[in-house]
Amino acid sequence: MNFFTVFRKEMLEQWRTSRFLIVAAVLVAFGMSSPLLAKFTPEMLKLIPNVPPEIFAAFPTPTVADAIGQYIKNMSQFGILLALLMTMGVVVQEKERGTAAFFLTRPVSRETFLLAKFASMALTFIASLSLAALGCWYYTYVFFEPLPWGPFLIMNGLMLVIFLVYMALSLLGSTLARSNGIAVGFAFLFLIIIGGIGALPSIGDYFPGRLFGWGANLVMGGTDSAWPALGVSLGIIAAALTVACLVFRRQEV
Amino acid sequence: MSSVHVEDLTKHYGAVHALDGLNLDVAPGTVYGFLGPNGAGKTTTLRILTGLARPTSGRAQVAGVDVLKDGHALPRHIGHLPEEPAFYTWMTPLEFLDYLGRLYGLSADGRRTRTRELLALVRMEEVSKRRIGGFSRGMRQRLGVAAALIHHPEVLFLDEPASALDPAGRKEVLDLIEHLRGQATVVMSTHILADVERVCDVVGIIARGKMLVQSPREELLERYAVPAFEVDADDRAALARWGEDLRRVPWVTAVTAQNGTLRIIVKERQAAKVALLSMAVGAGLVLNRYQEIRPSLEDVFLQLVGSESVS
Repeated sequence: MNFFTVFRKEMLEQWRTSRFLIVAAVLVAFGMSSPLLAKFTPEMLKLIPNVPPEIFAAFPTPTVADAIGQYIKNMSQFGILLALLMTMGVVVQEKERGTAAFFLTRPVSRETFLLAKFASMALTFIASLSLAALGCWYYTYVFFEPLPWGPFLIMNGLMLVIFLVYMALSLLGSTLARSNGIAVGFAFLFLIIIGGIGALPSIGDYFPGRLFGWGANLVMGGTDSAWPALGVSLGIIAAALTVACLVFRRQEV
Repeated sequence: MSSVHVEDLTKHYGAVHALDGLNLDVAPGTVYGFLGPNGAGKTTTLRILTGLARPTSGRAQVAGVDVLKDGHALPRHIGHLPEEPAFYTWMTPLEFLDYLGRLYGLSADGRRTRTRELLALVRMEEVSKRRIGGFSRGMRQRLGVAAALIHHPEVLFLDEPASALDPAGRKEVLDLIEHLRGQATVVMSTHILADVERVCDVVGIIARGKMLVQSPREELLERYAVPAFEVDADDRAALARWGEDLRRVPWVTAVTAQNGTLRIIVKERQAAKVALLSMAVGAGLVLNRYQEIRPSLEDVFLQLVGSESVS
């Protein structure tokens, strides 16, 4: 019911409140700077005075693997943090401000209200990550070598899935919470749970974090895969959104 | 058939009984004043009737729609103005009303026309392209009224529409409600008696989650009226003497004198109307004023609810 009308409003809001610009600026900055950092970190270290030359000799010459590694490291930290921060308040703030109550007496179903928010955030991240990937690819090409398009796209797609996992969980927290502070607590609780379990040996292979490794491996020409982790990630997204919709349907706003 | 029909509605928040078997009926086209002290259950009732909250038990129908079973069908029949309407502050009134028009499925032409009409109605044409974020409370309230009317709702729920406004803002909002008479059924919750007296045809008084009385305003005033007359005269001594004489008249209940005014409460209104004026003249009084006192809604409210709960 009215999904596209609400989605259109959400996208306009992303733009007018500068959320889109913030996400795009942060992801593009880290996307572009990753190959640069990989390339120039050893050079910058050489500028430090009084360091014996044999220390520098121990640094390996930067390669495309370092550029990809840096890109994944940046995205796994700042991308996830951004996904949490940009989503954690989207529902609870509307409940606190009263806009949710104002609009839920209109022909807008509660599911539409939530899913349009998720879809607009997802589109913001898709667009921003695409720009970031383009920047990363270009600078990697300039300073190292061209990356294979197919695997590089898949790697970014897998990264997007990870972001969507955290966005869905953060949206669930925002739906469950009665105040912004509690929503923040939920978001970081989910981060700790998913990150903590994902760090465990063997179980971690089934968790979203494993997708970073799969993507990097593909770009570097490997054939390793992590389909179970992809399945679990998509399952977490679906489950988080379903629970959020069910909870919100019964919630008094 | 009633526009709003509520039967034995209860709403419990833990041990707190916000609504305790509320019954309510609003006839189509009525401007209904839902009156009660703070915490009486007015907002809870409106939240249930607009689908924002669920009752613990009971039944509620609005414009023929069962609020509990067919809640999804409700929004197209109702308009709702919360006590503090909230908006997306980055939008302009024009964008906001257009967005609502889209939600209600109005065509592009329909949205343009309706938006223009409503902005004129709430006198906001000049600020139609300004961000809502900078609007005063009164402007937001007026925009909220426009938003509630975008789809020509059958039933309009207004929660304390003028309570927090200054006198000018209050007048504007009450004028808007007057303007709606006959176009929609209006249910207006408030604790401001003067507002109800001014615009409402029917009054329901609620306290502690129960409907105490529900009646057309004039009938209510009539029913709870205490027949009384007031007489003013410059000669206070003569007035006081006449007051003493009146106390011995069988149809007089009480006589009080204050600042040159004698207030006479009677048992038999008709007998008093026939005799009182000639008795005053007979007593040699030169009257400045002789008036039958019409009871106010405040008198009725105080009788029913008690003075301690009046804001």
